[in-house]
Amino acid sequence: MFLINCPYCGERDQSEFSAGGEAHIVRPKQPTELSDDQWAEFLFMRKNIKGVQFERWNHAHGCRKWFNMVRDTSNDKIHAVYKMGEKPPIK
Amino acid sequence: MKNKYSIFSLIKNAFSYHENWQRAWRDPEPKKEYDAIIIGGGGHGLATAYYLAKKHNMTNIAVVEKGWIGGGNTGRNTTIIRSNYLWDASAGLYDHALKIWEGLSQELNYNVMFSQRGVMNLAHNLQDVRDLKRRTHANRLNGIDAVYLNTEEVKKFCPIINTSPNIRYPVLGGTLQKRAGTARHDAVAWGYARGADAMGVDIIQNCEVKGIKRIGDSVEGIETTKGFIKTKKIGVVAAGHSSVIANMVDLKLPLESKPLQALVSEPVKPIIDTVVMSNAVHAYVSQSDKGELVIGAGTDAYVSYTQRGSHNVVEGTLKAILELYPIFSRMKMLRQWGGIVDICPDASPIISKTHIKGLYFNCGWGTGGFKATPGSGDLFAHTIANDDPHKLNADFNINRFVSGDLVDEHGAAAVAH
Repeated sequence: MFLINCPYCGERDQSEFSAGGEAHIVRPKQPTELSDDQWAEFLFMRKNIKGVQFERWNHAHGCRKWFNMVRDTSNDKIHAVYKMGEKPPIK
Repeated sequence: MKNKYSIFSLIKNAFSYHENWQRAWRDPEPKKEYDAIIIGGGGHGLATAYYLAKKHNMTNIAVVEKGWIGGGNTGRNTTIIRSNYLWDASAGLYDHALKIWEGLSQELNYNVMFSQRGVMNLAHNLQDVRDLKRRTHANRLNGIDAVYLNTEEVKKFCPIINTSPNIRYPVLGGTLQKRAGTARHDAVAWGYARGADAMGVDIIQNCEVKGIKRIGDSVEGIETTKGFIKTKKIGVVAAGHSSVIANMVDLKLPLESKPLQALVSEPVKPIIDTVVMSNAVHAYVSQSDKGELVIGAGTDAYVSYTQRGSHNVVEGTLKAILELYPIFSRMKMLRQWGGIVDICPDASPIISKTHIKGLYFNCGWGTGGFKATPGSGDLFAHTIANDDPHKLNADFNINRFVSGDLVDEHGAAAVAH
């Protein structure tokens, strides 16, 4: 449980948000040409990092907008929040 | 076993004021090389080592544990054991474990306090009723005991449940598995550790794995905080930290690690003599032998390795508990904690070989691994020793995420994940 600085609404309680998993997983441009292995990779396989992770969040009980976040999963500290389509501010 | 526990050893040690009991397992330094190494000294890892030694004569093996035995999810779960799963593959897997549970204290010469007090699952809406009836039939076709109870029978079996039709989610019925129940979770880890140690398995605590050495497509050994240890076979049973180990060899797993919470109340006199679980409102409760109510809450819905979990999740669970059991309204909660669970997209485990030779994974047990501890260890040991899965865990291979043959127990199982 922590506070999240929504890029549209400002700081709100984490319980207002829902997590959308790892960010920057690009949807395949030509799904019909994908092998089963590539589908599995896209749909299921995750890095599930212990440490700094890039992820998508949605302000579900607020503005309902999606945005990206850089968070350390080992201590829940948030390093950065940035809008969809923007480049991550840190590597 | 060199130091068998019995009524006679108890009497003998009583004369020396119980000050001369031998330690239950050794504390060895790692050897240079082992035939196999198990990463993770929880219940599943220790059970794997135990069955590798006992059934497959692999005694030159080690279990390496980052913390201490039983300090992870083995000591953090709500100790529920049941096998009433919907699909054939799951029924086979979990009932295999339940059958081992039934003789485990005798086999290990260690009282794991397995208590077949029954597990009841409640239905709160029409879809629940249909799902639970379907699951009851599926269970019985698979030879697993299950009965469907109507509201009056639920009330009769557990009289403190509020079965009023006027509550937000009224109790419309439930299922009961009488062979199901609970066990003492620490004792399971300690019993397996002692049993494995007696057969020569080295249990190395406070030894964190830092890397896995590979040559080509086979494993060569592990880098640890106690140095390099050579081995040709590595079984990873690291629960919430499975992905951390997998990332060391650039292997991606279909897992997400999340905190799952549990809490216990102050101890009170016996009030609930069974385990009651409710999927729809996410509340489950039993009473420990000490008298504490043992309550399981839900997972936080985001990846985290923090071993604590959010307050609002606990609050949601306790609201549901209070509506179902108004009698608990003045109970005080004593302790709350979190464990990191590794959840698969289909809420079923992975007990599997990988594309790397000599590297095996037993993970993805998510929120319900404790019940499977003996079966999981037995089948994983078989998989490691023969480099081939047992027929009971063949369906739980890692390739099911490529082939699409998922064992979808999300929601189909008796509790939501």
